[in-house]
Amino acid sequence: MNRRKKRSAGAAGKGATMRGILRYLRPYLPYLVCTVLLAIVNVAGTLAVPYLAGRGIDCILGAGEVDFQALFRILIAIGGCTLAAAVSLYAMSLCNNRVAYHVLSDIRTDAFKKIGVLPLRFLDGRAYGETASVVITDAEQFSDGLLLGFSQLFTGAATILGVLVILFFMRWEIALIVVCVTPLSLFAAKFISSRTYKMFKEQSEVRAEQTALIDEMVGNLKTVKAFCHEDENMETFTKINDRLEKCSLRAVFFSSTTNPATRFINATVYALVALLGAFLAIATAGSAAPFTVGALTAVLNYSTQYTKPFNEITEVVAEFQNALACAARLFALIGEEEEPSDRELPALSEVSGEVGLEHVFFSYTPERKLIEDLCVTAPAGKRIAIVGPTGCGKTTLINLLMRFYDVDGGRVSVDGRDVREVTRRSLRENFGMVLQETWLKTATVRENLLMGNPEASEEEMIAAAKAAHAHNFIMRLEHGYDTVLGSEGALSQGQKQLLCIARVMLCRPPMLILDEATSNIDARTELKVQDAFRKLMEGRTCFIVAHRLSTIENADLILVMKDGKIVERGTHKELLAGRGFYFDLYNAQFAK
Amino acid sequence: MKYLLQALRTYRREAVLSPLFKLFEVALELSVPLVVAAVIDVGIANGDREYVLHACLLLVAFGVAGLGFALTAQYFAAKAAVGTAASLRSKLFGKIQSFSFSQIDGIGTAKMITLMTSDVAQVQTGVNMALRLFLRSPFVVFGAMGLAFLVDVRAALVFVAVIPLLAVAVYTVMGVCIPLYQKMQGRLDRVYLSTRENLSGVRVIRAFSLEEKELEEFRTRSGALKKAQKGVGRISALTGPVTFVLVNLALIALLYVGAIRVDGGALEQGQIVALYGYLAQILVELIKLANLIVTVTKAVSCQKRIGKVLDMEGEPAVLSEEDGAEETPDPSEAVRFENVSFSYGGGANALTGIDFSVKKGETVGILGGTGAGKSTLVNLIPRFYRAAEGRVLVGGENVEKIPAGILREKIGYVPQKVVLFKGSIRSNLLWGNQNADDRALLRAAELAQASDVLRAKGGLDGEIAQEGKNLSGGQRQRLTIARALVKEPEILILDDCSSALDYATERNLFAALKTLSCTVFLVSQRVSSMRHADRIVVLDDGKAVGIGTHEELSKTCGVYREILSSQERREP
Repeated sequence: MNRRKKRSAGAAGKGATMRGILRYLRPYLPYLVCTVLLAIVNVAGTLAVPYLAGRGIDCILGAGEVDFQALFRILIAIGGCTLAAAVSLYAMSLCNNRVAYHVLSDIRTDAFKKIGVLPLRFLDGRAYGETASVVITDAEQFSDGLLLGFSQLFTGAATILGVLVILFFMRWEIALIVVCVTPLSLFAAKFISSRTYKMFKEQSEVRAEQTALIDEMVGNLKTVKAFCHEDENMETFTKINDRLEKCSLRAVFFSSTTNPATRFINATVYALVALLGAFLAIATAGSAAPFTVGALTAVLNYSTQYTKPFNEITEVVAEFQNALACAARLFALIGEEEEPSDRELPALSEVSGEVGLEHVFFSYTPERKLIEDLCVTAPAGKRIAIVGPTGCGKTTLINLLMRFYDVDGGRVSVDGRDVREVTRRSLRENFGMVLQETWLKTATVRENLLMGNPEASEEEMIAAAKAAHAHNFIMRLEHGYDTVLGSEGALSQGQKQLLCIARVMLCRPPMLILDEATSNIDARTELKVQDAFRKLMEGRTCFIVAHRLSTIENADLILVMKDGKIVERGTHKELLAGRGFYFDLYNAQFAK
Repeated sequence: MKYLLQALRTYRREAVLSPLFKLFEVALELSVPLVVAAVIDVGIANGDREYVLHACLLLVAFGVAGLGFALTAQYFAAKAAVGTAASLRSKLFGKIQSFSFSQIDGIGTAKMITLMTSDVAQVQTGVNMALRLFLRSPFVVFGAMGLAFLVDVRAALVFVAVIPLLAVAVYTVMGVCIPLYQKMQGRLDRVYLSTRENLSGVRVIRAFSLEEKELEEFRTRSGALKKAQKGVGRISALTGPVTFVLVNLALIALLYVGAIRVDGGALEQGQIVALYGYLAQILVELIKLANLIVTVTKAVSCQKRIGKVLDMEGEPAVLSEEDGAEETPDPSEAVRFENVSFSYGGGANALTGIDFSVKKGETVGILGGTGAGKSTLVNLIPRFYRAAEGRVLVGGENVEKIPAGILREKIGYVPQKVVLFKGSIRSNLLWGNQNADDRALLRAAELAQASDVLRAKGGLDGEIAQEGKNLSGGQRQRLTIARALVKEPEILILDDCSSALDYATERNLFAALKTLSCTVFLVSQRVSSMRHADRIVVLDDGKAVGIGTHEELSKTCGVYREILSSQERREP
């Protein structure tokens, strides 16, 4: 009962996947129809050749018994069929490629688009590599297996059908043998693949284990070298590698027995057809409708043509399974619930910058409560600092302000308007954000700086870079502002952070979020940047998260957080006078 | 090809036996048309049913023997391919681990990982297919041609004409496609880059509302990839039709020539059937070969990429035997920099003329601005990078002379970027010293102020997820410090390791470190941390602008005073 349920659920899932695939195929319907028509032409042309060749051989009976005139006609027909088959095959490949690569691109773009609209809760919930692999690898395998497989499948099926028709038309006895015996090769293939399934599973498990090790050790190679851990790594690696070698050998070998096994069955079919054909030829010799040598040749040829697509179809079916699984993962991503649309909502405009958090409740997982009943009001243009030990919820607060996450209870408001009642875009445009984790695109310095304000002039950009004390080191780069920043390499964390600061300086939004914005910058440079920051912060509502308490002493309000709650609030002076948690933190910092 | 052949050499036996057994199988297959010809020319012509039966039984026997040969060949091919892949992987891993930091920077982590995983897998498939099928095709093609000569020399000339044409066609398509595949791969990499960046930078992209723009860029890249794919497809799709046309032209020629030969009495009908059979076999084989070309082409380009990395010279254990001016080392000296300069990849100098010496047991603070060269300086001590000019001496010896293993064994290094490995707290701490007992581990944890991490995570057996994701930044940092302390290092390098620690924890940590007798290099941006140092080296733009105690520097060093005032001016 349970099992049946599961199966029907699986079938429904498959149905949904198929519907999804059809949706993507619809725009290319003409090409698909062309593929099918061309496949039919190709199969017809291909199959006509052995028949014609057989007829030709019948024109060559023996010395002095050659009907050259008939032979020429047949040879011309062979040429025509060959041309038709070749041209249709090429055209079919082109159509098929077009469908495959266009659908691949479409589906990838949709999946990518999804990354832009999915809630962060979803994206943070799984490894980025996993999501990226769906967009890249799964899409690729889907396109390879399903779409390129489609033409193979169709051609194969058409060939089998065509051969059967011709065989029955030529000699039903032989057709019967072929029909009865050939499916044996399908059974053999199925038998082998069901036996090798477990071996492949084992292989992929061991391979995953090895990939994880490679990922970890090569990814952190510098640490490995610092601790001279190379030999230990090699030892672990070799152990896994040996195991992988063993189970790969099993999987690869046993799966490769399919071809010889089916070839053997085909050879048997061939022998049977030859036997029966020869007997028929002897029996009908001299009769009104003799089974000629040419016909025997054609029949033998067809029997091999008939078995080949069987093998191909078996392979294609296996790939189909995999492709369907990939498609299912793709559609799962594409079908994932998006952040609710805010297109109908008004934009947040002419913001003065008053921010309020009213009775906010929030947690990432229901089991672990994080923020409970948090109330803060930040008047426009004021500087709010948030301090507290690691993990106290500072960064979470920023996630809520930027609406990366939505509150579980209570509300966050800007100028008295609930942030959920305006578009996310307009909300975020009103915030400038510098995070501790600097993120720069693999693009030129210029593109990175202009990210927030593409209209800024060259002078404005350079002024911002100078204010952020980034201009000098940018000029020292190989191509100055046109240097392409890679994911690894040239810039230090601090320099990256200076670029991020310059980037925000170009936007001049009414509200600022600085999450450890200067954590990677030394104090002296920071002091210099501070001036620029001060100018930037003027008249703007700022939220500042910092370890370094000296950077927040001038804040209008300091919130001291601990375990998701605000334990103290006030100005620097008030808090010091209170001799509480802040006092301890502060003294620890400057203790002699 | 060098490394592939080298790896294959271990499997010489398999690599020879597999094609050999394929050869046997092919020989049997090629005999089939001869048997069929006999059936027609003897059996049918004479109406000899028994002859026909025997001939057909012979065909079945060929099938059975062929199965045996094929299985043997498959087994050897699988063994050689899998073994070659394993050996390439192992070699790559060893090579990658031997790279110097500059080389690691140069190649990039992502590429090294792809090489070891997907590229090697492609090579494995390629070798397997090549042994099984790639050699089979020439056997069939040339075997069929040879046998055609046996049947009739004149008719066989048709084969001689068409085979070179086929070879040229297949080879041309392959030659054109290989560089195109590489181009396509490059475009795929860019699509992948877009995807990864949009995931890792999702917050910034949303903050700047760049979703649309990124999507546009992705569309462009995806479109470029699509174009490349279609371009390759257009050419590689030619293989099938072209071979089909060539083989069928040969068929037409064969029937024509055959007809003349039969007419003249030089050939019999059955022999024409046999010749036709050979042509058909060639066609089937070539179609298989065409499908295979893609696989093998990919494998060849992957193999090239692997070869390029294996070609690189890893870092030798000892960089140089010479020591420059030899002098008796001062036994109380731990580390000395002698007029050291350094630059990354030949760019502007990251360090210039660094010259100072550190006594054993001393704690030296390295203070300076962003990009002043602090990390670079301490990275030269374990010889992660090689000084371009001057010498770095540890224990009176030039580091270039000390084998890397021995040198790094002496040094506990806590990097700026926190790295922990999947496993338990114990397995991570043991990185410092494989032979340390639990007491030593606990003591190191205590010194590193990580005892509470152990308490929170269930002691030494507490689980650590990949990259230490189940720990907070501060917890991770303290564990990496503990890991370095397990080494009981002579020299401890703390590269800005306290940035994720709050001030109270940091203070306790330094108090604990004071109790150790090792030489400590303390890189930090906080003047407050510098108070724990006996002496401070102030770096500015790669130059040491001041070396001395806090008091001395306060008087003499302008840069130091600036840093000091930037952090102290509002002290209560």
